[in-house]
Amino acid sequence: MTTPPDDPSAPARVPARWPALAAIGAIVVASAAAFGWTAGWIGPARLTAPRLVDAIEGGKPYPGFRRAHSKGVCVAGYFEPTAQAAALSRARVFAQPRTPVSGRLSIAGGDPYALDAQARVRSLALLLKTDDGQEWRTAMNSFPFFAVATPEGFHAQLIASRPDPATGKPDPARMSAFVARYPEVKRFQAWAKSAPWSSSWANTAYNGVNAFRFIDKSGSERFVRWSMEPLAPYAPLSEAERRQADPDYLREDLQARLRNGPLRWHLVVTEAERGDPVDDPSRAWPEDRPRHVAGTLVLESSQPQATGACRDVNYDPTIVPDGIALSNDPILAARAAAYSVSYNRREREIARGQAPQATGAAAENAR
Amino acid sequence: MNRHGHFDGLARLLHWGMAAMIATMLFLGVGMVASLALRPQLIDLHRPLGIALLVLVLVRLYHRWRSPPPPLPADLPPLQALAAKASHVALYALMLAMPVLGWAMLSAGSFPVRMAGAWHLPAIAPQDPALYAWLRDAHGVLGYALFGLVLAHLAAALYHAWVRRDGVFDAMARSGAPRNTRPARSPVDDAPAPVAPPPGE
Repeated sequence: MTTPPDDPSAPARVPARWPALAAIGAIVVASAAAFGWTAGWIGPARLTAPRLVDAIEGGKPYPGFRRAHSKGVCVAGYFEPTAQAAALSRARVFAQPRTPVSGRLSIAGGDPYALDAQARVRSLALLLKTDDGQEWRTAMNSFPFFAVATPEGFHAQLIASRPDPATGKPDPARMSAFVARYPEVKRFQAWAKSAPWSSSWANTAYNGVNAFRFIDKSGSERFVRWSMEPLAPYAPLSEAERRQADPDYLREDLQARLRNGPLRWHLVVTEAERGDPVDDPSRAWPEDRPRHVAGTLVLESSQPQATGACRDVNYDPTIVPDGIALSNDPILAARAAAYSVSYNRREREIARGQAPQATGAAAENAR
Repeated sequence: MNRHGHFDGLARLLHWGMAAMIATMLFLGVGMVASLALRPQLIDLHRPLGIALLVLVLVRLYHRWRSPPPPLPADLPPLQALAAKASHVALYALMLAMPVLGWAMLSAGSFPVRMAGAWHLPAIAPQDPALYAWLRDAHGVLGYALFGLVLAHLAAALYHAWVRRDGVFDAMARSGAPRNTRPARSPVDDAPAPVAPPPGE
């Protein structure tokens, strides 16, 4: 150091400062750029969770409602495991005799005023909280496999199915380009065309679709998928009945059934074999895979979602207890990301009083 | 106790360890709210790391109280000294606030606060959408503020190291024990240095 300590601003010192200041500036800018890139603010356009949910909203969200599967009702009941379930997974839910369940039955789509009977896809979401405070959340659907294998495919499907402003229907050219790029969707389209329509939420089977790992007491793991299979007997809902049904047909049917007693489903756990697609939810596993009845779900009551316990719950299927672990299924991770964005947006709208329809405040005011 | 105007070993360990953890947390935080592929893994790291940082900042505050840091150089312009003091208060406030806000936010959103395996923490706030929304926004906004402060802290540290060369960076970077490359200090000088080494040392 040549500058006298009592004169730090001496001109002789100034020239040496600029390289150091430039280096400091470069380090700060590089750190900020890395942060911005990680956040998805800068760099090549990447499909992020907020962008996926933007596409689901399609520019017209319903404030306070879930961005997908917006219409539904809260349900409550309990789960009882079978004796064999504890051998599959050490999760507390399979050891405890009974676990309270808070859940939600819904229909697919972003419109909270959609017509119940016309919905091709129905869903059941559950939250099971065991006595040690651990939680298992799952969100299942009536389709047997997901339409596409990746979040990119799902995004492309959303864009391609957007109605053309001129015709009010999806542009057939864009739709066929999407199908060509993501041919796995043909399996889903075939299912949607041919699968029978059951008459109730109660006699519908709901499939977890994504693969998970069950971990037993010895620490050994197996890949599984699970389903809720109804004990209520199947009855069809014809096309004519679907057209004439009340807009809230499923809710009314559910309430009528619950007045006569609880509704039941078997939790069926299917084990994968080596080589089965455990990271592709668009492909079903062969029919002959080992199936285990792991317990019974019993639903006893329902509440409107505007005021029920399910409204402020995010049924994020990646919230699992010890004994259940995730797979590398990309749709599973993407669901966690997208559900979180949807949850944050709607809870913010509810907090700011922007969602009178979703909270029932609108109905209250009209009274 | 600090000696030779340097932070002591525990203070330096806490500083650099927490610096690495906080940088990781900031990137985990913005990464996991954007990423469609990695959210579950990132949030499983974010939660226990955040709680670990809460414990560490409490240890650090206690240690700082017991063993005060070396004073700033006497010739530091008053405005820079004020900026240094204020930014340290803000850094400590945010290091405390961020994990508490995150924990409270998960509680208000009725999420389990999972650490590892079956181990999870209890809720510290009632389930409430308005409270959740407020806490979620605060956690996000203050996270960006913390990143900005960390950058400012980094820039100021390098300014001390490369431009002023006044020993402030050294005080955190090195033990202050006598080294061959520098003029040897008295080996008996174990008492806390009353002032920092003179600038231009």
